[in-house]
Amino acid sequence: MSNVTMKVNGKPVSGEVEGRTLLSSFLREGLEMTGTHIGCDTSQCGACVVHVNGQAVKSCTMFALEAEGAEVTTIEGMANPDGSLSVLQQAFQDHHGLQCGFCTPGMVMSAAALLQDNPKPTEAEVRDYLEGNLCRCTGYHNIVKAIMAASGQDVAVAAE
Amino acid sequence: MPKDGGIGASSKRREDVRFLTGQGNYTDDINIHGQAHAVFVRSQVAHGTLNGVDTADAAAMPGVLRVFTGADFEGVGSIPCGWQVTDRFGEVMQEPGHPVLAQGKVRHVGDPIAVVVAETYEQARDAAEAVVPDITDLPAVVDMKAALAEGAPKVHDDLTSNLCYDWGFVEDNRDAVDAAIRGAHHVTTLELVNQRLVANPMEPRVAIGDYAPGTGDSTLYTTSQNPHVIRLLMGAFVLGIPEHKLRVVAPDVGGGFGTKIFHYAEEAFCTFAAKALKRAVKWTSTRSEAFMSDAHGRDHVTKIELALDEQGQFLALRTDTHANMGAYLSTFAPSVPTWLHGTLMAGNYKTPLIYVNVKAVFTNTVPVDAYRGAGRPEATFQLERVIDKAAREMGIDPVDLRRRNFITEFPYATPVAVEYDTGDYNATLDKLLEIADVAGFSAREAESKARGKLRGLGLNCYIEACGIAPSNLVGQLGARAGLYESATVRVNATGGLVVMTGSHSHGQGHETSFPQVISEMIGIPEDMIEIVHGDTANAPMGMGTYGSRSLAVGGSAMVRATEKIIAKAKKIAAHLMEAAEGDIELKDGQFSVAGTDKSVAWGDVTLAAYVPHNYPLEDIEPGLEETAFYDPANFTYPSGAYACEVEVDPDTGKVTIERFAAADDFGNVVNPMIVDGQVHGGLAQGIGQALLEGCSYDSDGQLISGSYMDYAMPRADDVPFYSVDHSCQTPCTHNPLGVKGCGEAGAIGSPPAVVNAVVDALQRAGHSDITHIDMPLTPARVWSAMNG
Amino acid sequence: MYDFILERPTSLDAAVALLSDEDAQALGGGQTLIPTLKQRLAQPGRLVSLTAIPGIRGICRAEDGALCIGGTTPHGEVATGATAYPALADLAGNIGDPAVRSRGTIGGSLANNDPSACYPAAALASGATIVTNDRQIAADDYFQGMFTTALEEGEIITEVRFPVPEVANYQKFEQPASRFALVGVFVAKYPDGVRVAVTGASEEGVFRWTEAEAALSANFTADALDGLSAPADGMIGDLHGTPAYRAHLIGVLTKRAVAAAS
Repeated sequence: MSNVTMKVNGKPVSGEVEGRTLLSSFLREGLEMTGTHIGCDTSQCGACVVHVNGQAVKSCTMFALEAEGAEVTTIEGMANPDGSLSVLQQAFQDHHGLQCGFCTPGMVMSAAALLQDNPKPTEAEVRDYLEGNLCRCTGYHNIVKAIMAASGQDVAVAAE
Repeated sequence: MPKDGGIGASSKRREDVRFLTGQGNYTDDINIHGQAHAVFVRSQVAHGTLNGVDTADAAAMPGVLRVFTGADFEGVGSIPCGWQVTDRFGEVMQEPGHPVLAQGKVRHVGDPIAVVVAETYEQARDAAEAVVPDITDLPAVVDMKAALAEGAPKVHDDLTSNLCYDWGFVEDNRDAVDAAIRGAHHVTTLELVNQRLVANPMEPRVAIGDYAPGTGDSTLYTTSQNPHVIRLLMGAFVLGIPEHKLRVVAPDVGGGFGTKIFHYAEEAFCTFAAKALKRAVKWTSTRSEAFMSDAHGRDHVTKIELALDEQGQFLALRTDTHANMGAYLSTFAPSVPTWLHGTLMAGNYKTPLIYVNVKAVFTNTVPVDAYRGAGRPEATFQLERVIDKAAREMGIDPVDLRRRNFITEFPYATPVAVEYDTGDYNATLDKLLEIADVAGFSAREAESKARGKLRGLGLNCYIEACGIAPSNLVGQLGARAGLYESATVRVNATGGLVVMTGSHSHGQGHETSFPQVISEMIGIPEDMIEIVHGDTANAPMGMGTYGSRSLAVGGSAMVRATEKIIAKAKKIAAHLMEAAEGDIELKDGQFSVAGTDKSVAWGDVTLAAYVPHNYPLEDIEPGLEETAFYDPANFTYPSGAYACEVEVDPDTGKVTIERFAAADDFGNVVNPMIVDGQVHGGLAQGIGQALLEGCSYDSDGQLISGSYMDYAMPRADDVPFYSVDHSCQTPCTHNPLGVKGCGEAGAIGSPPAVVNAVVDALQRAGHSDITHIDMPLTPARVWSAMNG
Repeated sequence: MYDFILERPTSLDAAVALLSDEDAQALGGGQTLIPTLKQRLAQPGRLVSLTAIPGIRGICRAEDGALCIGGTTPHGEVATGATAYPALADLAGNIGDPAVRSRGTIGGSLANNDPSACYPAAALASGATIVTNDRQIAADDYFQGMFTTALEEGEIITEVRFPVPEVANYQKFEQPASRFALVGVFVAKYPDGVRVAVTGASEEGVFRWTEAEAALSANFTADALDGLSAPADGMIGDLHGTPAYRAHLIGVLTKRAVAAAS
């Protein structure tokens, strides 16, 4: 076992992990932050996406020890400081961009990374960026709408 | 103006807040103090004799608490099947046993052989590799027709063959249908495959068994669409635990699509092992494990023949289907290709004579059961494909051919034993032509052509039967369960209320939409109403959520219970206002006496019910809590018309969905936003079936598409924005809300639209020989079709 | 996963020393290796992460004009940083998905040499040089069949040098499920000739389509490929396409790459 220290949602945390402990396992089991989900074992579904040093990564495909010293942001850290939903989260609710909610943490984290890199993405850019995030409920329609709305773009015409 | 609350309002979903902030409570998020971890050892061969299992090395490994095998489950019940089909000769189906852990034989890749329970997951996984099953390989049967051949290896040695049943419907029509087809002006024949799919809810299944030695109570936390059904099946038939000593909890569930209806071995195992070890036992499926242990869907091979007269009137329809059951009968498997399929073969059309034959077959594959639509997509696909082919053969416009045969008068009794209560198929078709901008197709086709692409337009109609019912009828059809739903409405003293429903929400948004109904009925704000579901400890016996039944059946039960509440509250109000009960009116949360200015608020009445100081105790009990069980009089029949426009790349065979439009008639709509979302999701699954998804086995029964590396799930860039409309509304006549159900429509109506569109594109490009391509229409398949 | 010791050396020498243990395996971004470990298809006793080693990540230009990419440079960084070689940047920007591109590295991809990976096509078509802790290997010598390379046990890719072509383009036709290349064709035009490398198609892994190279070296137009077809012999046949289909796609994608080359 080794000790690992990182910041999660701005808060310093540390814990004992094995070499094989995935970042996702450290978050879910070590820190009991279960917002990050595991939906596959081939690194394709994206339910586990978090930000490590500002970049979207699949936390199920990175060892906890590799995040030593890193700034990690998870879905639990995405709301506004007062606890209200962020613009992006609010857009997901306003546009019904989630149903069962299981893929949602990864979707929100990927969408946040997209908007950070590309504040006004086109519909095609949004769809392309979500290649690594599977959703089985929404047919993606309202997820794409929500992300475009969160970027301040009017999607009513395209999407109705 | 859109409403801002109540029935018809697009109320934002209250459950979203927890899901968007990482505060959901899914089964895998639950960890019970002291829990141990279970890892299943599964068969790697499709068929074999299980001579024994050597567990000695595994049992001695670090952290291992116990290794269980089939021998531990001798005397434990078989996993039951919930539906018994009677074949066309009057005999009941062949029904094999289904042990929790394999006994004597393994019958599919993934069949559980042993389970290691250890302190940690990794210890259990390590030890699982040390379990050594002694298996003598047997030849596997994978292809259904080969499985029925003389001398084929038998999946179950104690059955007479691999034929589960040979079902004919309506058997009395058989000769008349044959005669009509023989004598018809034109007969269109189509052979097709409705391929095997894997439901793939994004949350893999999880089961946690817990046991309290002090009380003898067992609890199962599970990813289920219907916790009461699991409690009944597992408690009564498998483990012998009476319901009052067994609690089943299905907390937040990450999608179901049918595959979380069924009772699975892992649930029984964890409950059993927790009692044996006197500590909680948790199992979390990996996705790879899900591919070989979640029940699959579809897997029909069909020949359909449609007979028409010179004018294109449908005269008769005959279909012959082989339906794969897999290695065991999953909970509702026998009902899917029969009562959920044969009864829908009339579609939207007044075909006078219909005969459906279905042979259900055991093979060495994962069991097949209901997946979004369940039988109805299979019916719709073959019918709407054969109509398209017939239109082409007879030179009739496919829209026109459908209109000529539409049922236009309701109620309408079909020749396949159901009675449609309402519908207006011309209206949804008209609406479709408008929202799909069919008039603009030619211009878009020309634009595609200029870019070297082939554009095609496919349309079709569909009809669905939701809210399968009534119980006394389905009992005659073989259901071993009732199909009612329940609700308890508990009003609190200060006027807020809690609905405990037997319906289960795993993405459908009941926590938001159900309160809209009660808000409308009583006239109080939606946020005064809370929905509780998914726990047998607090909800009355309910049948759960599947078959697009929640609002139509569960919502109706809630309405009935609320009506009882209102009736009692009116009595209390009458007392408080010293008026006659018959004069009391309830509007906007106020009880008033007709024709007077006297009124009391909802909260005054509820307080009086619980603080009954001024109360007619001699006439009515204190308190305000009512339960209703609602058993529908009939199915509901949503219907609609769908249109798809595709582009085909002639160089590669790649199909892209350019436009998709859906015009549905769901009857009344409670939350249009949620209904749109349900349709969107169904469309993506239908498009996924049409273009991407397919579960494949090789001839040895090895699963080839066993992960997302080979099973193509629809992604955001595989689908367009959809145009959906549900403004055509013919309310259901027999439930109090007039609702029909919307959960499966998208998945039912869309596959034929896509395939019709691709065939249309290829026909327009001169490939007149291409009349059908089997799904999924992968680039390779389309290219092969175009290049012989 | 089986348990292992995860090492994060901070110098190349330390990494090389750790990898001298035959039970040790190098870890780049892990986007292929970690899923493999999850399936328990590999059992290293020691994983040696290369991502903490300074000096082997980043993009620069060599004196001879070649674009040099450090072995641990993630795909996402190449996608935005390889501006001198747009076709390579585009290729990197379409590997996997954004989260995979945050972690997956060029060295990891080339060391693994998956027959459906994108980078091998770029390296081979560019006549790249694979630089290791020990030596320089020409791409033509480096790729030795699927999942097989010229790398010795414990050898670490520190840099990949891509001569920058006059024009180039990569066309990837995706396998619908994995989104790896069902077939990918990289065409690069240099002053001394055209190189065409094909990934995804062959049972032997990435290969050069020499007939197309000859035709395009003589006449760099899509029409120059008329009448040429890649043979189906030796092509991969699976759930997603027959050998004949893959062979057909090679021709289609090569033409498209030529037409799009810039």
